[in-house]
Amino acid sequence: MRILVNGLQRDVRATTLCGLLNELGYEDQKVGTAVNQEFVRSKDREMIKLKEDDAVEIVTPRQGG
Amino acid sequence: MSDADRLHLYGSEFGSRLFIGTARYPSLAALENSIRASECEMVTVSLRREAGGTRSGESFWSLIRNLGVKVLPNTAGCRTAKEAIATAQMAREVFATNWIKLEVIGEEDTLQPDVFGLIEASRTLIKDGFYVLPYMTDDLVVAEKLLDLGCQALMPWAAPIGSGRGINNPFALRALRAHYPNTPLIIDAGIGAPSHAVAVMEMGYDAVLLNTAISRAGDPVAMARAFGLAIKAGRSAFLAKPMTPRDMAEPSTPIIGRPFDQLI
Repeated sequence: MRILVNGLQRDVRATTLCGLLNELGYEDQKVGTAVNQEFVRSKDREMIKLKEDDAVEIVTPRQGG
Repeated sequence: MSDADRLHLYGSEFGSRLFIGTARYPSLAALENSIRASECEMVTVSLRREAGGTRSGESFWSLIRNLGVKVLPNTAGCRTAKEAIATAQMAREVFATNWIKLEVIGEEDTLQPDVFGLIEASRTLIKDGFYVLPYMTDDLVVAEKLLDLGCQALMPWAAPIGSGRGINNPFALRALRAHYPNTPLIIDAGIGAPSHAVAVMEMGYDAVLLNTAISRAGDPVAMARAFGLAIKAGRSAFLAKPMTPRDMAEPSTPIIGRPFDQLI
């Protein structure tokens, strides 16, 4: 399935957001997630089914002003 | 600063009236030492995209947690209310805080807030339990709308983000202060030198949030210390009630008894 991950086109096998995080190597990292500009809570990631052309954001803490 | 003169925001108390950003420092060590030197108690942080397995933000986040300062996540770079809302919600989960420095940017050259998007996002986030600190222009009507929605503090700009220009519109900032004497008002953006910080604190602003003026200084740690002192000086001066300026001179030494005066 082809989706956008952090603005880049990716071919992925995962069908859920939780599966995507594991596939891409985030594993136990503390990340924030959104799909198609809607926030997805960490506890809901297993339930969120991904579909073609979804836009996924995966973010972590960074310096900010 | 005396214990009696603490800043109250959304039920929290702060001994320092300086909040600083954590971006654009030459190194993490410079950031750490600057935070310590400034004596600030709350720093701004952000969320950014990260590729899986890189863990590139981990050392930064570990440093901030070890410093024990309160974190204020921002929605920097968001250009719509929808982006800002989603970013705030992600920040709440990642940083475990419902505080948010809400930015919705409306124009690229000045990074001027889109106040319409700001109001829209504030409405949603306040209903969702966030403590919203809105980055806004110095517009009185926008201030009124944000307070009506439930914002308990406002963060007007002094000048565009990162410009270091100081106070662009002193009249507007004085008007805002006069109009809302009991609302915490925090100057956010545009401060370039400690003298700018002193000036807004002397006006009666409650606090200052800044980043670039420290992080891009030749010696960030020394500048952080200077800003910490400036904030205290400005606040003390405000509480001491500065004299009213006059157009004409007034002798400070008594006239009576001046030598060589002709008395008759």
